[in-house]
Amino acid sequence: MILFLFILILVAGAFLAWLSAVVNKELPRWIALLVLLFELTIAAGIWWQLDEAHRWSSSQWLYTFQQPWMPRFGISFSLAMDGLSLLMLVLTFFLGTLSVLVSWNEIKEKTGFFHFNLLFVLAGITGVFLTMDLFLFYFFWEVMLIPMYFLIGIWGHGNRVYAAFKFFIFTQAGGLLMLLSILGLYFVHAHNAGAYTFSYFDLLNTPMAVETGRWLMLGFLVAFIVKLPAVPFHTWLPDAHTEAPTAGSVVLAGLLLKTGAYGILRFVIPLFPEASHYFAPGVMLIGAIGILYGGKLAYAQTDFKRLVAYTSVSHMGFVLLGAFAFNALAYQGVVMQMITHGISTGALFMIAGSLYERLHTRELGKMGGLWPALPGMGVVTMIFVMASLGLPGLGNFVAEFLILAGSWQAQPWITALATVGLVIATIYSLRIMQKVFFGTSMREYKLPDLSIREGLMLIPLIAAIIWLGLYPQPVIDAVKPGIPLSFQTTTHHQQDVVIHPPK
Amino acid sequence: MSTSDLLSLLPLLILSGSAVIAMLLVAIRRNHRVMHAFAVLAFLAGLLALFVQPYTVPYIIAPLFVVDAFALFNTGLILVAGLSVLFLSYNYFEQREERKEEYYILLLLATVGGLVLVISQHFISLFLGLETMSISLYGLIAYLRARERSDEAGFKYLLLAALSSAFLLFGMALVYAYTGRMDFPGVGAFLKSVGSVPVSVVAGFGLMLIGVGFKLGIVPFHMWTPDIYEGSPLPVAAYIATVSKGSMLILLMRFYRDIDGYEYTILWWVFAIIAMASMFVGNWLALLQQNVKRLLAYSSIAHMGYILIAFLAGLHAGQEAVIFYLVAYVITSIGAFGVLAILSDRVRDAEMIDDFEGLFWRNPWLATIFTAMLLSLAGIPLTAGFIGKFYIVAAGVDAGLWLLLVLLVINSVIGLYYYIRIIAVMFQPAKEEQPMGRMPFFGIFALTALMLLLIWLGVYPSGLISVIREMMLTMG
Repeated sequence: MILFLFILILVAGAFLAWLSAVVNKELPRWIALLVLLFELTIAAGIWWQLDEAHRWSSSQWLYTFQQPWMPRFGISFSLAMDGLSLLMLVLTFFLGTLSVLVSWNEIKEKTGFFHFNLLFVLAGITGVFLTMDLFLFYFFWEVMLIPMYFLIGIWGHGNRVYAAFKFFIFTQAGGLLMLLSILGLYFVHAHNAGAYTFSYFDLLNTPMAVETGRWLMLGFLVAFIVKLPAVPFHTWLPDAHTEAPTAGSVVLAGLLLKTGAYGILRFVIPLFPEASHYFAPGVMLIGAIGILYGGKLAYAQTDFKRLVAYTSVSHMGFVLLGAFAFNALAYQGVVMQMITHGISTGALFMIAGSLYERLHTRELGKMGGLWPALPGMGVVTMIFVMASLGLPGLGNFVAEFLILAGSWQAQPWITALATVGLVIATIYSLRIMQKVFFGTSMREYKLPDLSIREGLMLIPLIAAIIWLGLYPQPVIDAVKPGIPLSFQTTTHHQQDVVIHPPK
Repeated sequence: MSTSDLLSLLPLLILSGSAVIAMLLVAIRRNHRVMHAFAVLAFLAGLLALFVQPYTVPYIIAPLFVVDAFALFNTGLILVAGLSVLFLSYNYFEQREERKEEYYILLLLATVGGLVLVISQHFISLFLGLETMSISLYGLIAYLRARERSDEAGFKYLLLAALSSAFLLFGMALVYAYTGRMDFPGVGAFLKSVGSVPVSVVAGFGLMLIGVGFKLGIVPFHMWTPDIYEGSPLPVAAYIATVSKGSMLILLMRFYRDIDGYEYTILWWVFAIIAMASMFVGNWLALLQQNVKRLLAYSSIAHMGYILIAFLAGLHAGQEAVIFYLVAYVITSIGAFGVLAILSDRVRDAEMIDDFEGLFWRNPWLATIFTAMLLSLAGIPLTAGFIGKFYIVAAGVDAGLWLLLVLLVINSVIGLYYYIRIIAVMFQPAKEEQPMGRMPFFGIFALTALMLLLIWLGVYPSGLISVIREMMLTMG
């Protein structure tokens, strides 16, 4: 029931926020903030309690909820939470709270409808992370799109309509292919097992022909790597991120991209183990190409937000690399990467938003020499730039190290290629600092440094990224029971290598 | 005819009777309000008559009619659609034409035609119903005579409908000449006994398909759709899109069922090609439109293509999907045209995309309704259109129509583009603050009800699904 409430409260809060704008234009902010803080407290509370009870239990699932919805098709309103979902929910509510705060001064017009959309997109994301029915999953997958479309299309920057369009059409096209695959799986299961059901638990281990499995898996994979995004399908991302309002960028980069990663971990690999192994080298190669290509493009950008957007392409390549390495180390790394990337990129977008508020430009060429004017912001930016390039002691390092260590065991050559990405990451990350804060200033800026509200937003982020860098154990513990069993056995094929053959 | 025959035809009789009374009412005294109220009452009485069917269905009135669960359901659908159109009509005509009253007579007559179509199982009743509907539609389309495009639209429909009727008649004659039967089950039984379809019967079916395809507005018989939608009054356009096309579709389903159309691969291929062409032509041309009426016309062509995919998916899941999609489509079309009708002013219809600029900030409720309707047409969740599209895809996957489904996916994405374009325009900042006039109560009431129904069916479709499923199971 608590799982259902997570979604219900968000939806109810969304409508309340919309209606409350009639009374007072500031009221929606407070409603959204309170709703999200409340949900964050509950989710974090569950995580806190988890430690002792869950670590020793063998069951993967913490809570489940099930109600029949459309029995004609075997569709039920089925929710379940395991460690992975829990972490994603905590991240969702955390970044959600921050995105309300970040819009406090930025969004002045139509506040009611803005917070309606914000809460609604978060409700959709929560649904995606919780649902265990494939139809319901598709349902929530689509529900996320519309409010996000409005967030970009109404409150975005100059070229917003085009960006919103592109975002919508790319993800919708991927989604429809996934729908075909979901239905294909549904009927394959029905023909083989005799029961028509969309339930995730029933569809696991569906026996199917090798060929069919591969086609169906590709349908799912396309939807997820469009969202992730991986290289040939990434072109919607820079536009959407750049034109979106700051809160929209934070939700996009921090959460929507993670739904793609989550989908791969939750659905693609467990539902189609054979096909996943078959395609793994190719997908990992796409991941590695994404890391390099995204990094290269990030380096070439002149627009702050666009640069950060391309770093997402690069970082999400690691997710693809780790997810298809099929071992526990990489799996945990992928989850870490999802969380730390959400935090660090979210923070960078917030900084970009704060700079835009002060300078009214996102052009790196027009910045420079801001450190004397904005020392506080400079320090914060430095921390997240270091996180982004993978400095030890910050969360992203742990994530990328785990992924590389894990995927080395599966594909050493591709991993070596991906490791070059770390060098590129250093280059483009340092370029941010140099272009914005160092060098000579064109004008003598007199700008207000971080306000209390901005401090309130950024300090939790800093705390989180350092904490994850120094003590990632709670995340790793929470994920551990959910790692597919097959992952633990396939890691040791390296042992077969005999270095000194017997004479 | 026995009493029980009359009782089972009660909705039809009520509407025919009220058409006559309505004529007398006009003769006594012209009063728009009274006529409107009378027409509403007639439709309500027709709907109530559906619930007092005392006899076990299916009830066959040989040889022309069959009243079964399928027919009753669709009679209800047509009556509800007609009623919604009526609600939207009052205000629209109140501010326009001098003589408004005959409109209601024509609307009642056209509905009689539609009701005959959904219960007919014989060529004669088919033709009678079709012509009753078509002839009333000539009048309805050209009703606003002072408008520049209405005569053009009326004439175009008249000529093309007459032509297609001729094809239909010739086709029926060919089928009759060979099989010696005019009732659908009889034709089906004959074909089954022969074993193969003789050439002249195939030719007959082909000619009939031209007549049917014209009414459905499917490629290549779709040319009239945009012009008629553009030229006719908005409530009439809504009526053509729903009642006229819907009743023809129902008839096609019944005919196909009775003659075992799924047995004949040649027919299957003809319909498959038509479906593909309709989807692509409809969506492609809709992309190029600046006029929302024409856009909706082209999108309706594409939607007929989607429906045909479900139709091809077979007797059970496929035809269920057709009915569900039809219900969703009827709600959405009337809703979309209704929004246009309410926005229209005395001089011209709100039909260009620019008319919708900033609508969300000028009139949030109307814009919300329109957004819901467009999202349903695009097949986005929380709306009935999504469940309908899902139903079609599910039926298609079950039948293994992969090629058609992939084309459906491509077309859904194309369709998304132009629906979203209208939504984007509505959410743009308004250029000037022009206060909206007072909203007509009936119109807003009907549209709100339609939107709530749309969302209800999108969130909890189980009720309707089980009704449709039971109904199709009784058909065998």
